[in-house]
Amino acid sequence: MHDKTLSELAAGLSKGEFSSEELTRHFLDRIERLDGGFNAFVTPTPEQALEQARAADGLIAAGKAGPLTGLPLAHKDIFCTRGVKTSCGSKMLDNFVSPYDATVVERLAEAGVVMLGKTNMDEFAMGSSNETSYYGPVKNPWDTAKVPGGSSGGSAAAVAARLAPAATGTDTGGSIRQPAALCGITGIKPTYGRVSRWGMIAFASSLDQGGVFARSAEDAALVLGAMAGFDERDSTSVEQAVPDYAAGLEQPLKGLKVGLPKEFFGEGLDDGVRAAVDAAIAVLKDQGAELREVSLPNLGLSVPTYYVIAPAECSSNLSRYDGVRFGYRCDNPRDLEDMYKRSRGEGFGVEVQRRILVGTYALSAGYYDAYYLKAQQCRRLISEDFRKVFEDVDILVGPTSPETAFGLGERADDPVKMYLSDINTLAVNLAGLPGMSIPAGFAAGLPVGLQLIGNYFDEGRLLSVAHQYQQHTDWHRRAPEGLA
Amino acid sequence: MSLSPDQVRHIAHLARLRIDDGDVQQYATNLSRIVDFVDQLGQADTASVTPMAHPLDMVQRLRDDEVTESNHRDEYQKNAPATEAGLYLVPRVIE
Repeated sequence: MHDKTLSELAAGLSKGEFSSEELTRHFLDRIERLDGGFNAFVTPTPEQALEQARAADGLIAAGKAGPLTGLPLAHKDIFCTRGVKTSCGSKMLDNFVSPYDATVVERLAEAGVVMLGKTNMDEFAMGSSNETSYYGPVKNPWDTAKVPGGSSGGSAAAVAARLAPAATGTDTGGSIRQPAALCGITGIKPTYGRVSRWGMIAFASSLDQGGVFARSAEDAALVLGAMAGFDERDSTSVEQAVPDYAAGLEQPLKGLKVGLPKEFFGEGLDDGVRAAVDAAIAVLKDQGAELREVSLPNLGLSVPTYYVIAPAECSSNLSRYDGVRFGYRCDNPRDLEDMYKRSRGEGFGVEVQRRILVGTYALSAGYYDAYYLKAQQCRRLISEDFRKVFEDVDILVGPTSPETAFGLGERADDPVKMYLSDINTLAVNLAGLPGMSIPAGFAAGLPVGLQLIGNYFDEGRLLSVAHQYQQHTDWHRRAPEGLA
Repeated sequence: MSLSPDQVRHIAHLARLRIDDGDVQQYATNLSRIVDFVDQLGQADTASVTPMAHPLDMVQRLRDDEVTESNHRDEYQKNAPATEAGLYLVPRVIE
């Protein structure tokens, strides 16, 4: 059962081949048996899952099932889940039991989805390797000596290892696309504002966006359709109707104008990744897509721009963790200031503290113009580059990551080297555009991801291009050894 | 530009973060690397470029000033480290 896609599982449920309870038990059993090797879950939720599954079976029996009723899914532990620990990968929230559901969680539950558990992640979503989690690193199911990518590493590993058929994630600078690439699965980050941020623990509010991991574009379309849409509780949610993504998948690639940003194919691109991406682009061309080289001249500014803006927003957002109302409080504080400082110093890990300090520095008196304002101007330049190329092309394509999964521990001591892991994904968040990563083969036995970038609110096109590609390739059907 | 240990202590104070004395040098080294790296933004020509604060250049949505939330105090205080009579307890501020 675990090797089937959501669409296949939905068909099985509706034909009565198995019940949602049986399906849910199957995945819960896999999590219990296998997750010791991956550490993809922080909190499995078997009791709630079985309760939801039985309710779904009731709906199916009554003929009241929707397309997602009874299908299991895992949530990144950044989404608040009522009555369930919501840790965000941090000691700071190790004791936090959310009193409410995030909009994403609420909408999927209303659609009949069964929650299997909460997945591991980099602490407060700050990381590119899932090594900054308070709960220990996640291992890549393709090679457990490698990282799964981050920050949504647990969700990506869970889907790749067939511990869940789909999972939610968030993407502030590549945190869905990069782990999807490194774990050989499909992941989509929609346009900023498309998915509600309400109940999604904030890291950098002008960049954070929720999305989906799945095993195919078809499955991602199904889940994203249920998550997306206006939410008045999120002040940056966009009031725009969500198209039926699943219904729009059958758009032929003939005549599609595909831009290849030359900056994605320059120095630093691994030869094996290049070969796989070139082959994937050839598939698009064979199906009638028109290729043209384009340029995003300011792309090189995206890493330094991001590493001013994201830490600045993080230092502001994370000021709420003060040991007063919820979260960790240090033992025996001497006075109020000691309580603030030690609760934060003991509750946050090293990378989170580093980013709070960088952000505080960039926003502090005398440095604001040189760093924060300058970065916001560079953000405009980067964003304008995209606006110009989208006058001529429908989508952009390139490698999601310039390399395959790197070794656990390999970059833990060098923050700048780690930051450069996201060189191909950050600009998309700075501009607020939708982006996707789909499996495009292997380099030296490790998965390669193809990144698709669309114009604003054009995630439907990304999904349909990905779906067409997946009709002509079977990379998305490959499973790590022993996990099929 | 490199950050001195004293600057790191000052920033940590602004951010209300307690950093152990033994770790200050390590933070200074890593933060200097990050600051050096982002300093390359200085080379970008941004004269007359309007800063971009939001990806969609949206206007803040407004709503009527009506009460939309009910009282969840007891439920929310279950997550609090210390409460009494519906109040959050902190160390004594005024002696």
